[in-house]
Amino acid sequence: MAHASPPPAFKNPMVRWIDSRLPVFTLMQKEYGVFPMPRNANYFWNFGAIAMVMLMVMIVTGIFLSMHYTPHVDHAFNSVERIMRDVNYGWLMRYVHMNGASFFFIAVYIHIFRGLYYGSYKAPRELLWMLGVVILLLMMATAFMGYVLPWGQMSFWGVTVITNLFSAIPMVGDSVVTWLWGGFAVENATLNRFFSLHYLLPFVIVGVVFLHVAALHVTGSNNPTGIDPKGPQDTLPFHPYFTIKDTFGLVVFLLIYCGFVFFAPNFMGHPDNYIPAQPLVTPAHIVPEWYFLPFYAMLRAITFDFLFIEAKLGGVIVMFASVFILFLLPWLDTSRVRSARFRPIYKWFFWVLFVNVLILGQVGALAADDPFEMFGISFGFISATTVGQICTFYYFFHFLVLLPLLGKFETPLPLPRSIHESVLPKGARGGGPLPAGAAAKPMGKA
Amino acid sequence: MTDTTQAAGPVAGQAAGEPAPEAETAEDGATRRDFLMLTAAATGAVGVAGFGWALVDMMNPAADTLALATTEVDLSGVEPGQAITVMWRGKPVFIRHRTNGEIMSAEAANLDDLPDPEPDSARIVGGRTEWLVVVGVCTHLGCIPLGQRSGDSQGDFGGWFCPCHGSHYDTSGRIRRGPAPDNLPVPEYQFVEDLRIRIG
Repeated sequence: MAHASPPPAFKNPMVRWIDSRLPVFTLMQKEYGVFPMPRNANYFWNFGAIAMVMLMVMIVTGIFLSMHYTPHVDHAFNSVERIMRDVNYGWLMRYVHMNGASFFFIAVYIHIFRGLYYGSYKAPRELLWMLGVVILLLMMATAFMGYVLPWGQMSFWGVTVITNLFSAIPMVGDSVVTWLWGGFAVENATLNRFFSLHYLLPFVIVGVVFLHVAALHVTGSNNPTGIDPKGPQDTLPFHPYFTIKDTFGLVVFLLIYCGFVFFAPNFMGHPDNYIPAQPLVTPAHIVPEWYFLPFYAMLRAITFDFLFIEAKLGGVIVMFASVFILFLLPWLDTSRVRSARFRPIYKWFFWVLFVNVLILGQVGALAADDPFEMFGISFGFISATTVGQICTFYYFFHFLVLLPLLGKFETPLPLPRSIHESVLPKGARGGGPLPAGAAAKPMGKA
Repeated sequence: MTDTTQAAGPVAGQAAGEPAPEAETAEDGATRRDFLMLTAAATGAVGVAGFGWALVDMMNPAADTLALATTEVDLSGVEPGQAITVMWRGKPVFIRHRTNGEIMSAEAANLDDLPDPEPDSARIVGGRTEWLVVVGVCTHLGCIPLGQRSGDSQGDFGGWFCPCHGSHYDTSGRIRRGPAPDNLPVPEYQFVEDLRIRIG
């Protein structure tokens, strides 16, 4: 089965008839059946598949929600409440969709940090990584526009604050904002176009995900050692070894997700969004959804003019740069060793960056003038803004200074000679108890 | 077209038996295919740009939105020290009947201390110093400043205070402290009667 590398002979005559005219079965067999996966891929390699499932969940629930939603300033809020109260299973679809956004981001953020830790962005996977950053940007735009649709107070003031960011663009800023709004304030035209784009962008994401996966299947997956598979003894066929591993991880992930949907559906939301939008009353404390908090903190960190750049424009530049810098990552990291396992210094800086981003998230949730606090501990001597400035500086310092220098000064640990040598117990090397059908027939075919 | 055809004729005659692309070559080396390619590409580019502009401009405010661009306001019931909020182009406009004290503090401000220097006299219309009319949208990120209702915080300069990011405006609607870069804008308006203004 899995090791038949010439075109697989399908038994079912119907399948054979279709496959000889449109080789979809051959394609699936090649890309998901016998596709060679590094045998040591750990559970962090589940999150691409999990993110893909979340995308499908969001599209399906979104399509059904849109059948009952009214994109008009006078009706949007009430139509969402009607979905919650009167539409059959409307509450379920909305809570699945609402929490689905959060869990989609959880999956994608773990997926990204996995890539950062194991150096998955390095040659030859640069384009694969950059397509991933495009997906992240599209997800952010989609999530932002989706949050506007219930037309609550946070929806309205979130879109007001974020669209006003574009007024920081010199010369044309105000015209750009009017153009984005389709009026002189956030109004019905704005809601309508956001609904239209919120429906469109997920399908654009599907397209870029297709390219992302296509690029992945050219280079193959990275693995925890970061070294390339040297032969069939280093890989296992995707099916059944990784279909089952992905499924198991997915089920665990979905169980946690269901826990939130059914027992704490509003845990990650903001209560103010259950107040209908009021264009004349600004809530005292505007916060974005949790997955935007680190970026919001970086936006607010720039409170000072820098050369000829006004503070407001500076904040906008810094916020966008924090994502766009990821496009350059494959070239900023000069180390030729991929995995942090064999990079004794980078390994620590990875965790510093991770904590740094968590702190930025906390700063984003606090009001600008608040003293900094985290995990219920107040640090009265330092303001949230100052902490945000330090962490924003460190974020860019990590990518622009540390990574280029580390590659030059760090001495990596010796790399294992091959994947199978690194994963098998010492006694088993060179033909011990290997899984049947895996390396049992070493050096079969590529 | 005609030129190319004529030019191609004799060349084609001389080079009988040669491959077709060379046979169509004009004196300057261009072929009819090059000409067709360039005209088609140019037409296509103009078409795409024109249609693209229509799509982009379709997202700008529509005619009915623009038509709602003026508002008339009766000021007769607004006593000194009071303020009203009216909607204009979907935005709140703050109209404040200023007291003598507020006028004096606005005029006394040292322009050198202002982030966006502008004398109070440039922010009122027709010498009516008691009436201040400004667009009530914080110039930082578009929140609505407090200070219109009694009991609201009016900030440290007696005007307005934006709760979102802490911008303080004075009794002339000028930014005094905080992240906002500009003064609250004064909309275009005029007194149509003694106590009646038209905004827009």
